[in-house]
Amino acid sequence: MLLEVRDLQVEFHTRDGVAKAVNGVNYSVDAGETLAVLGESGSGKSVTAQAIMGILDIPPGKITGGEILFQGEDLLKMKEDERRKVRGAGMAMIFQDALSSLNPVLSVGDQLGEMFVVHRGMSRKDARAKAVELMDRVRIPAAAERVRQYPHQFSGGMRQRIMIAMALALEPALIIADEPTTALDVTVQAQVMDLLAELQREYNMGLILITHDLGVVADVADRIAVMYAGRIVETAPVHDIYKAPAHPYTRGLLDSIPRLDHKGLELYAIKGLPPNLMDIPPGCAFHPRCPMAQDVCRTDVPPLYEVSETRGSACHFWRECLDG
Amino acid sequence: MPEQPNDQEGAIAGTGAGGAMDLGASEAETLEKTPYGPEGTGPAGKPRSLWSDAWRDLRRNPVFIISGLIILFLVFISLWPSAITWESPLQCDLAKAQEGSQPGHPFGFDGQGCDVYTRTVYGARTSVAVGVLATLGVGLFGSALGGLAGFFGGGWDSLLSRLTDIFFAIPVVLGGLVLLSVVTSNTIWPVIGFMVLLGWPQISRIARGSVITAKQNDYVHAASALGAGHSRILLRHIAPNAVAPVIVVATIALGTYIALEATLSYLGVGLKPPRVSWGIDISAASPYVRNAPHALLWPSGALAVTVLAFIMLGDAVRDALDPKLR
Amino acid sequence: MGRYVVRRLLQMIPVFIGATLLIFLMVNVMGDPIAGLCGDRQCDPATAAQLKKEFGLDKPVWQQYVTYMGNVFTGDFGTAFNGQPVTELMASAFPVTIRLTIVAILFEIVIGITLGVVTGLHRGRPVDTGVLLATLVVISVPTFVTGLLLQLLLGVQWGWIKPSVSPEAPFNELIVPGLVLASVSLAYVTRLTRTSIAENKRADYVRTAVAKGLPRHRVVTRHLLRNSLIPVVTFIGTDIGALMGGAIVTERIFNIHGVGYQLYQGILRQNTQTVVGFVTVLVLVFLVANLLVDLLYAVLDPRIRYA
Repeated sequence: MLLEVRDLQVEFHTRDGVAKAVNGVNYSVDAGETLAVLGESGSGKSVTAQAIMGILDIPPGKITGGEILFQGEDLLKMKEDERRKVRGAGMAMIFQDALSSLNPVLSVGDQLGEMFVVHRGMSRKDARAKAVELMDRVRIPAAAERVRQYPHQFSGGMRQRIMIAMALALEPALIIADEPTTALDVTVQAQVMDLLAELQREYNMGLILITHDLGVVADVADRIAVMYAGRIVETAPVHDIYKAPAHPYTRGLLDSIPRLDHKGLELYAIKGLPPNLMDIPPGCAFHPRCPMAQDVCRTDVPPLYEVSETRGSACHFWRECLDG
Repeated sequence: MPEQPNDQEGAIAGTGAGGAMDLGASEAETLEKTPYGPEGTGPAGKPRSLWSDAWRDLRRNPVFIISGLIILFLVFISLWPSAITWESPLQCDLAKAQEGSQPGHPFGFDGQGCDVYTRTVYGARTSVAVGVLATLGVGLFGSALGGLAGFFGGGWDSLLSRLTDIFFAIPVVLGGLVLLSVVTSNTIWPVIGFMVLLGWPQISRIARGSVITAKQNDYVHAASALGAGHSRILLRHIAPNAVAPVIVVATIALGTYIALEATLSYLGVGLKPPRVSWGIDISAASPYVRNAPHALLWPSGALAVTVLAFIMLGDAVRDALDPKLR
Repeated sequence: MGRYVVRRLLQMIPVFIGATLLIFLMVNVMGDPIAGLCGDRQCDPATAAQLKKEFGLDKPVWQQYVTYMGNVFTGDFGTAFNGQPVTELMASAFPVTIRLTIVAILFEIVIGITLGVVTGLHRGRPVDTGVLLATLVVISVPTFVTGLLLQLLLGVQWGWIKPSVSPEAPFNELIVPGLVLASVSLAYVTRLTRTSIAENKRADYVRTAVAKGLPRHRVVTRHLLRNSLIPVVTFIGTDIGALMGGAIVTERIFNIHGVGYQLYQGILRQNTQTVVGFVTVLVLVFLVANLLVDLLYAVLDPRIRYA
């Protein structure tokens, strides 16, 4: 296994109290595999990713338990300096908003080349040549000239390609992409997603794709993990989930996708609001919004039941859910 | 291209518009950026206004409480200085010149043999009067000019902008020296007049900026589409939302006007004896500071605490009114 | 870029004319422009009229202003109260004040930025609270009080420095006066840097820099500082003009024979030409400093350079 997250727990200490952002998350990614992590805002999907990368703001964030095994080693037990060397070289991250995620006052060439200067000890000139090579690789036209330009001089799609190039620079084993196409135009989204998928195959990297967009997931992901209130509520191979979800929350997400064959019908929406992380409901966190909730859901936290060898669902009534 | 890249108050200028913002969302809930934007996941509460929110914050802020108490005390002794003194500030006895602390005269005597304690207490009146009146003048004049220019825009606006540029180019203390050196009237009015003359551009710039920001709000467009007149829009819709930054800057400016009066009096062009002002006393004490440092230290300390109180108050009010800092 | 410079230069002209005209008017209201020209005594009426005619003082004020500005641009700033050309006074006074200003700016850069970075990176810690409190106190104590107190302590009580500066005013004697002159701005620089650092520390691009696996010092110096210092640099730049104009108080306390001293003498003796001449140069310094700051801003921030 390339990456294994075991029982990860993250808290945020704020003025108003303690928010439990991640409450015992388990997931794993293999080389060459794409895991899509789905969930609403506040479900803990980004926080988990930040914990894996080691870029949580501490404080207010605090990892209170669990392990993150990367290539067999627990990242949480590493010294900060070793951990730093893993970032960028072993695993890299692509952020949602490329404009704010790139440094506005440094040329893209400097920002790309910096990876080689810091991690590989290259000269600035060699690093610049590498930067041009990378920009070519992500198909930015006229890379040799544009390498001197600044982020604001690129279009949104091109900027996201630069983010991808930066993540790929040292050919890491794992890439975490946090909503990589959400900020882009719909027409550009597909191009960027295709590029990312293609490069992943080429380098045989593991990819964690964080998204709330089920349409993107269907095309590129191998497996899906659905998160709710800081927990994985369902995990399964991508096709199984689309065929028959084993958790009412997943079902709700699927039903809320607009579909052409349902034209004219009212669009389904999961009722209620995501839970307040300072005061997560007892039992199954989803029960206040769940159409199938019974008394047991209000008291007992459902474990991740084994639905099949490759599937799990944290619902007491996963069988009923599967049957529709 | 930046017209004013160094605008220190720039950070404050944009705060007037946040009236109806949901300030209750906790940090954890905004951790994840999604295209949905911040949903109302916080605990349901009644909608709060910028002002009531700010007031709630201020009441819990020790900086506000301390500076507020100091200012209340200063106002009290400027209105009734005789409540805590038992002599006249002009009753001096040369025989006691430069003597130190003794019973009935806790701060000792200055170079003229005047009681330093009495003079320090009476000095508050000058400072508070100059500070408050100059701030009122600058505030009203500056926000009227800046607000109207920001609201109507066009030619008057650019004229006013150039005019503020001109006033900013003149060093303040220098302008005071030149203007006040000819004035023979030994009252606080010329000093206040000078402060209004050179101080209005600062407030006018802030007021203009916040009016322009407030003007772009949708509810202002809505009111104007519904046929509300200029004066109604300006007074009912824009002024309440544009006034916060002006108040913050004016509170801090009040402290600096007090310091400026003392500086001008120290240079000999502000107030002159026999009037009582900390600046005069500090200036008078400086030649014989070696023998009677107390005559310099007490009025200096009083001046510093007074200016500090107003600046701290302004800081606290800004923190409370600026939603970005929450 | 070239066009921008030209546009800014053109914009400076009305401000320059306005500011100098304002000072010219103030000074003319101020009093007797020929005072001192007859030595220490009052001029007798006949001589006074003669002198007024000679200097064109019988003409309307706006005409006097035009004549004066015409002379200024040929390098003729008129005559000071003691019969010296004003330009000679300037030649002796400006180097002193420039040295004083350099010392002050160095204090702002070295101490102000360092403290600002330290507090900005450690927001909420004791060091932050302490420094923040100190800056509040420094801002609140008027410069002349700070100056007198430092002079009393360092010069009179402990004897570390000479309480007054010699007429040559070498750098080493200007250290404490420079600190006094810088004090309030230094506190502002600290607070501005602190705010800027604290704001940028949470920026997305800093998070990216961390995610790239850069060492902490590189994240701070290359990514965080570079962006955070833009507003600070512009503040310090515009402060140059303000410091030179505000040096009058510091120069008075430490008896430094610089611009402030000469201006003070000019005002005391009601010598129009000295006052207007010095203020004109100060206004010019202020405007040029602002222009340079705007250009520097464009150099530091590529988003503006290519806009």
